Amino acid sequence: MKTIFEYIRPKLGVMSFQMLIKFIGTIVELLLPWMLSVILDDLAPVKNVKMIWLWGSLMVICAVIALIFNAMANRMATAISKDITRRVRRDLFIRITALTASQEDHFTTPSLITRLSSDTYNMHQMIDRMQRLGVRAPILMLGGIVLTFSLEPVLTNVLLAALPLLALVIWLVSKYGIRLYMTSQSLLDALIRRAQESMAGIRVIQALSKTDYEAERFEKANKDVTQKERQTDNLMNITSPTMNLLLNTGLTAVVVAGAYRVNAGLTQPGVIIAFLSYFTIILNALMMVSRLFILYSRGVASANRVAEILNAPYEMKIIEMPLNKDDCHIKFNNVSFSYNKVRNNIADISFELRRGETLGIIGPTGSGKSTVLQLLLRFYDADAGEIYLNGKDIRSVPVDVLHNVFGVVFQNDFLYSGEIGENIDFGRGLGKEAVEIAASNAQADFISAYDEKFCARLAPKGANISGGQKQRILLARALAANSEIILLDDSSSALDYKTDAKIREALAHGFSDATKIIVAQRISSIRGADKILVLENGRTAGFGAHDELMEHCESYREIYRIQMGDVV
Amino acid sequence: MPRGSGMMSLAGGGSAFERPSVESSFMIRRLWKYFSRYKWTMLIAVILSFGGNLLALLGPKLSGYAIDAISPGVGKVDFAIVFHYAWQMLLFYFLSSLISYVLAFIMVRLSRGIVYSMRNDVYNHLMKLPVKFYDTHLIGNVLNVLSYDIDTIAASLSNDIVQMLASVITIVGSFFMMVSISPRLLLIFVATIPVSILFTRYRSKKVRALYRERSEKLGVLNGYTEEITGGMKTIKSYNRENVFIEQFEVKNAEACEANYQADSFASMTGPAVNFINNISLALISIFGALLYMGGGITLGSVSSFVLYSRKFSGPINEFSNFIGEIQSALAAAERMFRLLDEETEVEDTPEAADLTGVKGKVDLKCVNFYYNPEQPILKNFNLNARPGQVIAIVGPTGAGKTTVINLLMRFYDPVSGSIKIDNREIKSFTRASLRKAFSMVLQDTWLFSGSIYENLAYGKENVSREDIINTARAVQMDKYIEALPGGYDTVLKDGGTNISKGQKQLLTIARAMLLNAPMLILDEATSNVDTRTERQIQAAMLQLMKGRTCFVIAHRLSTIRNADLIAVLRGGKISECGTHDELMNLKGYYSELYWAQFDDMEAPSRVM
Repeated sequence: MKTIFEYIRPKLGVMSFQMLIKFIGTIVELLLPWMLSVILDDLAPVKNVKMIWLWGSLMVICAVIALIFNAMANRMATAISKDITRRVRRDLFIRITALTASQEDHFTTPSLITRLSSDTYNMHQMIDRMQRLGVRAPILMLGGIVLTFSLEPVLTNVLLAALPLLALVIWLVSKYGIRLYMTSQSLLDALIRRAQESMAGIRVIQALSKTDYEAERFEKANKDVTQKERQTDNLMNITSPTMNLLLNTGLTAVVVAGAYRVNAGLTQPGVIIAFLSYFTIILNALMMVSRLFILYSRGVASANRVAEILNAPYEMKIIEMPLNKDDCHIKFNNVSFSYNKVRNNIADISFELRRGETLGIIGPTGSGKSTVLQLLLRFYDADAGEIYLNGKDIRSVPVDVLHNVFGVVFQNDFLYSGEIGENIDFGRGLGKEAVEIAASNAQADFISAYDEKFCARLAPKGANISGGQKQRILLARALAANSEIILLDDSSSALDYKTDAKIREALAHGFSDATKIIVAQRISSIRGADKILVLENGRTAGFGAHDELMEHCESYREIYRIQMGDVV
Repeated sequence: MPRGSGMMSLAGGGSAFERPSVESSFMIRRLWKYFSRYKWTMLIAVILSFGGNLLALLGPKLSGYAIDAISPGVGKVDFAIVFHYAWQMLLFYFLSSLISYVLAFIMVRLSRGIVYSMRNDVYNHLMKLPVKFYDTHLIGNVLNVLSYDIDTIAASLSNDIVQMLASVITIVGSFFMMVSISPRLLLIFVATIPVSILFTRYRSKKVRALYRERSEKLGVLNGYTEEITGGMKTIKSYNRENVFIEQFEVKNAEACEANYQADSFASMTGPAVNFINNISLALISIFGALLYMGGGITLGSVSSFVLYSRKFSGPINEFSNFIGEIQSALAAAERMFRLLDEETEVEDTPEAADLTGVKGKVDLKCVNFYYNPEQPILKNFNLNARPGQVIAIVGPTGAGKTTVINLLMRFYDPVSGSIKIDNREIKSFTRASLRKAFSMVLQDTWLFSGSIYENLAYGKENVSREDIINTARAVQMDKYIEALPGGYDTVLKDGGTNISKGQKQLLTIARAMLLNAPMLILDEATSNVDTRTERQIQAAMLQLMKGRTCFVIAHRLSTIRNADLIAVLRGGKISECGTHDELMNLKGYYSELYWAQFDDMEAPSRVM
């Protein structure tokens, strides 16, 4: 909540102004019954027609003022909460873009999405309603208490004795309520995750006729959420009847105490009657408070969830590191890393690349090929060893500077709904020409077959083009900026050999200055590389050029034999 | 998925389920389906709140009796009576609190129950939607219906309806009281109430459109967020966070603005209706006072008329607030029903039979298919597979290889032409049995968050643990799985983000193996598996393919070399067809492709 308050703080000025207007509007509205009593009690009996018309018109004027002020205050309140929500949501998104890969794994994507949508929405509701109802209720309550005090201080004290108990109830309910709201939100995350997952796998689910099974799993998650939500609602609903009961018990005590006081000649029965009517006002105000308080608890629970992300530590710190003077462009020095910190995913990896050189990485599935790229991009920090870029330890390079030098294609990389050209340009403002050249280098000639050419639209996740077409668009993206370093992670698995060969030719001729790291399954994709790293179980099984490896590296020879030998 | 669809105009997806508005009455009828299940609960709720309202009238009476017993003056108070009523008051307040809690409890049951069944219905519907829907819509936008829209519907509708029903009693009661006091003063309401009603109606019409806009914009924002968070790694490695933050900000601003427009418009209703009420109050005071002076009414009657008029206008006032909320619920309901109205896969015909005892003869004859008429994918496509044959489909990317698979599985139906299995049209089979006749391994692997065991056993229930372990061994995953902390019970987080793509493919192959279906589809099934592992699992793959009609799409020609029939798909037709040796002798596209894998640059010129 503290974090969210930082967003409310700059608005405090406007908010107090809004509350002042609301205050005036409310007070003016509360004057109306009083004016009515003036007309009926004071003016009508003396038959003062002129004054009746005067006070009557005054009532109309007050009604107009109340309309204008209340409407204005409400509109302001919505505008203020809009601004706050917008800023929170933007910062939340910004923070999400800066989460490290392991933080993202920790929070999980669906949870990030619910935080961005439903949690910010709950927060918005809280801020909005607090402003709109938060004025009226206290005025009525305080006003009521002041009036009863002026009538009969002793009896008021009897009533006020109920307040600490009331506060205790509110405190307890809100304490557990916020916790319950947070649990039910995270169960909702799980539910959404289920739905998201099955939508992604619809082909498999329908192919295997598993819709019933999936429905069962969803229903279970749904049951869990619903149960928690019900529990939360039932807890929150305790407040209002309890408040009612406590206050009314206080009221009964007031009647009894009043009886004693009247009996002792300390007060009049008429005072008790008046007391009771003011009491109704206090009670109504408290009901409003209890409704607000439900919104508040839910809002705080959501605000906490939002703050959890906003306050997530920036894990990838920039640390001063000694320079490593040599002419290497990229250098791995005894690098080890483990995702789960139990078993090393890669161990003791070392290699050096000069500018313009190409490194091929080959090895069995799960041997750590992609991990090498992830470490170079500093998605994770290595557990041991150093990675140097131009002689600088990458931990000492600001992330935005670091990431500016790469053109990357991951396995199963990201395409989004939008024009093909946009997907290649990727917001870098490279210009039409660069995009077209990149596409032609990436052999993405199929684009020219579309009527709209580069403006043809991709469906979400590029679902309307084939796997091979996706890979060529992704490659064009990696090539378009003439980056210093090009990283390709199994980026041609869906391409036929001919296209793959043409791309390699384009890479060798058009991008000779760029340092390239190519992860591949096919020897043909990397045999021309200056250096080849053969990985096995995260360790180096061989390192060198194709011919050297053919001579010395048994694993490499085996792969070669399988791929080439048996068919020729 | 219009994969491999050649030329097309790629229509923008995302919001096809937002069509223009529907009649409210129609929607209320559909909503009633959810509420009707609770009609008895609702009746009880109305009775309870009616009882509660009655008690609200009784309370002041009791305290009145108690106060009556407090006679002014020292020592004159009748304590016996005071205590008598004080106890009654306590009992009564306890009862009333109890009733209101029970009422709240019932309402929670009702509204959460409705949310529960709406979520289930939407989800079940989603599972029945054709693949095409998912190929054209943003998942995030759909998720928004599940999370936000359904909540909005239930939250506002259930509570408001009971409160409105209960307050009808108050309105009717006060109305009759006012009639009995002074029909002439009531004339004031004849003027102001229609104004209230007309005003509320006018507002609600407009506010519904605004709420609809709000739901839609929020859906768009959600869709965008879902899409973009999926590509965070890529965005980071290109240092493009700012670009996407800007795009997000535009959509965020739109969503906030739409929310503001709806909220601020709706927030006017309260003060405006209050205003009309206040004006009637002023009019009642003036005319009441004038009437009194004319001798038409007693002062006491005027003041009780005022009291009843407040009781009367209170609920009317709340009505107008409810109507705002109901409009927002209706706007959300509209989105939900749109989604529920998305056409599911065409039902199996009643005559449809289960496909059983499959021999595996598959014939595609004169099949035409396109996603967009101007850009045909398959043109008079013919392909015949004899039982047990391995058919390999090769061709340039985007030629429509995957489309053939989509048609065989009936994810899409051909525009014209016939597809037969064992000489019977596939349309004459139930979809479920047709699909179950194929084991399918796709390039886009899909595993769900669940244990490895559950994932492997996904296609086939009651599979023994031993079979699972044997199959894992066959795809060379046994050692890896056993080394995991939880072994086969290790949970794959977020659909397997914690294992490599190649490993995912191996697991999907294992899943397909366990399925033991009579036919097999392998669409780039081993594209991310390294050669050595592929070689190691080859025996298992051959075992899997043995005796089954197989359709194989692969770029690694070594995988398909031994196919019984290799079909080269180009320009929507089969351009070459035959065994490996036949096609090599033909020296056409296939042989070119074949040589390309050995010596990239010189391939076309190389002679065998």
